[in-house]
Amino acid sequence: MDLKEKLVSSFLAFENNVDLDTQIHDIRNEAIKTFEEKGFPSKKEEAWKYTSLNRILKEDYSVFPKHENTIDYKDVKKYFIHDIDSYKVIFIDGKYSSYLSETTHDGIDVCLMSAALTKPKYRLVIENYFNKAATKDSLPSLNTAFSQEGAYIHIPKNKLVSKPIQIIHFSTGSEAATLSQPRNLIVVDENSHVQIIERHQSLTDNPVLTNSVTEIFANKRAIVDYYKIQNDNSNASLIDNTFIKQKRESVASVHTFSFGGKLIRNNLNFYQNGERIDSILKGVTIIGEKQHVDHNTLVHHIEPNCESHQDYKGIFGDSSTGVFNGKIIVDKEAQKTNAFQSNNNILVSDKATINSKPQLEIFADDVKCSHGCTIGQLDESAMFYMQSRGIPEKEAKALLMYAFSNNVLSSVKIPEMKQRITKIIANKLGVNIGFDL
Amino acid sequence: MLKINNLHASVEDKGILKGINLEVKAGEVHAIMGPNGSGKSTLASVIAGKEEYEVTDGNIIFEGEDIEELAAEERAHKGVFLSFQYPVEIPGVSVTNFIKTAINESRKAKGLGDMPAKDMLKLIREKADLLEMDRKFLSRSLNEGFSGGEKKRNEIFQMAMLEPKLAILDETDSGLDIDALRIVANGVNKLKSKDNAVVVITHYQRLLDYIVPDFVHVLYNGKIVKSGGKELAHELEEKGYDWIKEEVNA
Repeated sequence: MDLKEKLVSSFLAFENNVDLDTQIHDIRNEAIKTFEEKGFPSKKEEAWKYTSLNRILKEDYSVFPKHENTIDYKDVKKYFIHDIDSYKVIFIDGKYSSYLSETTHDGIDVCLMSAALTKPKYRLVIENYFNKAATKDSLPSLNTAFSQEGAYIHIPKNKLVSKPIQIIHFSTGSEAATLSQPRNLIVVDENSHVQIIERHQSLTDNPVLTNSVTEIFANKRAIVDYYKIQNDNSNASLIDNTFIKQKRESVASVHTFSFGGKLIRNNLNFYQNGERIDSILKGVTIIGEKQHVDHNTLVHHIEPNCESHQDYKGIFGDSSTGVFNGKIIVDKEAQKTNAFQSNNNILVSDKATINSKPQLEIFADDVKCSHGCTIGQLDESAMFYMQSRGIPEKEAKALLMYAFSNNVLSSVKIPEMKQRITKIIANKLGVNIGFDL
Repeated sequence: MLKINNLHASVEDKGILKGINLEVKAGEVHAIMGPNGSGKSTLASVIAGKEEYEVTDGNIIFEGEDIEELAAEERAHKGVFLSFQYPVEIPGVSVTNFIKTAINESRKAKGLGDMPAKDMLKLIREKADLLEMDRKFLSRSLNEGFSGGEKKRNEIFQMAMLEPKLAILDETDSGLDIDALRIVANGVNKLKSKDNAVVVITHYQRLLDYIVPDFVHVLYNGKIVKSGGKELAHELEEKGYDWIKEEVNA
């Protein structure tokens, strides 16, 4: 039985095990039908031309965790940004871990999707927001069909949330292969500000496939800063589907740091429903071996006087492959749009590949849109210059690569987070230098 | 300190250096002059260890050791410094962080720990003052958007920080106005001692009014064709290089 059949046939059993809230029940049923019709995307689809899921779909994934697993904090502390005070919503093999978490209902709700989907007090929010941003594509639909657990964050208006929120999904590898489908919902009301850090981490080398959906709603004047750390083990793959709906004068940023994992596909979608919105999409990808990272972005400018800024840097070594597909749609009504997109890549090895494809669909006539894409190699003359000053080749390379990514890193607003990313980069490049540029 | 014997070097199979012999002792200043394309910058790059150049014959002995097989950074750790004719722009790496990394990597190679941050800062300030550099300069990206003069001043600043045994200044005077030239030359002179040596590569005699050489060599067509004292530089300034070419070709 292939994975699709297995999932479709598991659906009934899944539904029997969860509380049947009628509305969610209908949404799930609809979604499984959509997934059944569409199946997993193949390379024949334009949006998946450069990313094949074949090599990760052939595993015999266990769809539901059979038993609850526990892990000690000291064993996983390094995956937390632990030197800051933060809220934490932590999952182990898809199940909420209360002892690793620190949730709150004090003025804001930082808690669980499973609670939000079943308790009456969240009913209205779920009705208004759940599955209202996610598309009907096959993978988000698959997630919707099985959506049960994840982080639920609701920030009412005029709240400045001083502590960042960390969402971490751990896979213990207790099964030979695990499929995980977390579902996050984040609603930030008028004039509020929140910072969120998301990470998926497997703790063994057993294959893990995560098909995650995060819906974010940034209401009027809200500020949402979202950071994704993708530095998983070499048999862990991630399909990240993130949908962000913005209302007027809101600012939403997503930074995606992709260093680890087997295959990563980021479907990052911004929809601007209002004027004077700013959307910021940034990413640093540093990979090697046979790793594959695909950034598929969409910014849909629907109303006038809005901005979007995209800046993705990629460094590809060994036989790694990268994809950047950045789509910007400017509707006819969206006059005075400023949309910028830049994708710069360095190929460190002869066998590495990057496919970079800007896609601009502009229907308004008074806009500023620009895109730029570069693919190059490390500057040999810069290398000699640095080496002639006593900086060894490996360190010189690392310094150049770090400098190359620095534009993206410098906009990270949490200093401890920036330090952590810097450390991960130094680790990845096998050097022990400070990079305090 | 430096002994070059019958050095032949080529790039992409094209022979550029065709038998250079040169000896530089501690405490000396040597000037290497010559017309464009004679191999001056190649000589500098070969000594510093640029990989593009292939040494096809002869050797380079530095402090009694053949350095031919050493990587550029290893030569730097032994005390070789090259001031670039065209310093490379490195966006995103500040002057301070660059020199800090360079110093600490050199210390690491010598088995020493990182220089304490306080000492580093003090040293950086002291050397920046020596080169009359604006402090703001130190937090800017390395050479990015620097004027020609600023780039050269930054080269000598790095030299001052690294305190090499052998400093090769490749066309350090090009692009410098008279004030910058004076500051740069003054910096070099202050760093000079009986224990180190300077090789000045230049097309013109102008810099040699400030950094006075003990020996002047004329490089032409990949060979040193004439050597003399500082008066040779004046002669070249006055008469140009044609008479040298004629002498060689005769």
